[in-house]
Amino acid sequence: MAVDTLPAAATTPRQHQRAAKKPRNKEALTAWLFILPSLIGFLIFTAGPVLAAGVISLLNWNLFSSPTWAGLKNFARLGPDPTFWSALGNTAYFTFVSVPVTIVVSLALALLLNEGVRRIAVFRSLLLLPYATITVAVAFVWIWLYIPRDGLVNAVLGLVGIDGPQWLISDNWAMPALIAMSVWKSFGFGMVVFLAGLQAIPQQLYEAAKVDGSNAWQTFRSVTLPMLSPALFFVVVTSVIGSFQVFDQALIMTNGGPGSRTTTLVMYIYRTGFENYDQGYAAAQSLVLFGFIVVITAAQFLLQRRLVHYDN
Amino acid sequence: MTTDVLAPLRKNPVATRKLIVFACFVVTAVTLVPVVMMVLVAFQSDAESMAVRPSFWPSSWHPENLTRAFDLVPLGRYLVNTVIFAAGTTLLEVVTAALAAYAFARLQFPGRTWLFGIYLATLMIPSQVTLIPQFVLVAKLQGIDTWPGMILPHAFTALGVFLLRQFFLGIPRDYEEAARLDGANRWQAFIRVIVPLAVPAIATLAVFKFIGQWNNLLWPLVISNSDATRTAAVGLQVFQDTNGTQWNLLLMAATITTVPLIVLFFLTQRWFVKGITMSGLGGR
Repeated sequence: MAVDTLPAAATTPRQHQRAAKKPRNKEALTAWLFILPSLIGFLIFTAGPVLAAGVISLLNWNLFSSPTWAGLKNFARLGPDPTFWSALGNTAYFTFVSVPVTIVVSLALALLLNEGVRRIAVFRSLLLLPYATITVAVAFVWIWLYIPRDGLVNAVLGLVGIDGPQWLISDNWAMPALIAMSVWKSFGFGMVVFLAGLQAIPQQLYEAAKVDGSNAWQTFRSVTLPMLSPALFFVVVTSVIGSFQVFDQALIMTNGGPGSRTTTLVMYIYRTGFENYDQGYAAAQSLVLFGFIVVITAAQFLLQRRLVHYDN
Repeated sequence: MTTDVLAPLRKNPVATRKLIVFACFVVTAVTLVPVVMMVLVAFQSDAESMAVRPSFWPSSWHPENLTRAFDLVPLGRYLVNTVIFAAGTTLLEVVTAALAAYAFARLQFPGRTWLFGIYLATLMIPSQVTLIPQFVLVAKLQGIDTWPGMILPHAFTALGVFLLRQFFLGIPRDYEEAARLDGANRWQAFIRVIVPLAVPAIATLAVFKFIGQWNNLLWPLVISNSDATRTAAVGLQVFQDTNGTQWNLLLMAATITTVPLIVLFFLTQRWFVKGITMSGLGGR
């Protein structure tokens, strides 16, 4: 008996090692089982297509005949393509006007709602309504509001003696009209995020500012804005990415016109790929769009280090 | 802006409060004009809605526009399709994202960091980059105009995994450890402890996703080419093409398409707002 137990005891260190390693392996296996459903879909429908876009951008391909190798020709075509550059310019115009305006509007409304009004929930709900509407549907309403002769917008402008422009068919006013509609549609999201941020600011900070004799503007600059900067950063980054992809309202309200004044990058990609069936060129355009988004987002993250205040 | 313009008001809190309520009221009223217009014009007569000078309040009400909109295009079919598309993508996304987020937040495995890094990197990729390859893939698999072809490509995003992981990380480990000591395995701990605590976050993700897909125009536009899968967003466009500017029926259809989303949004709004607060987007 004693002889039997001795060798068993001798193997103990190795057994011990195995026992320690086993739960690790089991945990890894469990983890992969949890991830698998998401991972399969992610590989097939996100990661794979991203790599495929790189390949397609190097092909001449109309979807129907077999593709031929194009090398970097599709990227070279971008240079002399005036529609591409105007689409890029229009998208930049849209983004750099609509994002600041949306931020200012949502922040102003969040501040207004945060002033301790009793029925804040009612106002908040009603102000969120545009965000909860469907873009295509409300785009039709806005066409109607913008009808040049006697549309509601121009009727109101007429009341104060302004002869309103032709809005959606005007070279200069079609884009501002699109931007106004887009700000209306999207300010609700930023407003809710800012409200959440405002309500998380410790009340002591305001009391301290009061004791220091700060006025409203000074308090806003030295307490509200720094404390709100993480929320601001989040809203700015997501709004910029979203604005670079603007499509629905432009397609419905102006169809890219007049001329190509409101043709956005995504609309141009859609037309190149699904109206002209030039998939290689469309893929090249989409990769350039991606490049712009990466550069601009990276720049925002660099700025974040200097401007965003984190508590911990 | 160094002088305190609000000083006189601060001395009179009642007046301040009244002014704020009044300002909220005016801003809200102006904001709602387009939505109110949509509904009002939807009930106008054909002649009135297409008059040279559009009118605000209907001079006569035409509730029959409701059924006329349904007769003109298969709007009912489109709405059912939209629900299938939005609910299908939302359900798949929420389930797969919650599972993956749990593993990323709580379990140790080789490659965790780099795999999550890859997920994060794809967050910045605009959906237009994947649009063409996804279309080609679905076309090769004979998926054009089918439900799997519509739903699957939009049912797995890194965003859901990212949001839920953030939230799961914030749930104290002790809760789960207690369940584990009681003999629960990982699956039981996930289902019985983590998921119930994460309901606001999961609901937030679901509402975001559902609204996004209800709104989605580009993907259904390229992948559905018959009434069998056409969604309301695409259907409204067809409406415009075939019926010019018959504003009352067009805006009636727009109203019908928007109302379910608004109702859903209002029913889930408390979760949504809570989810934004709790996920730390507010800054804390």
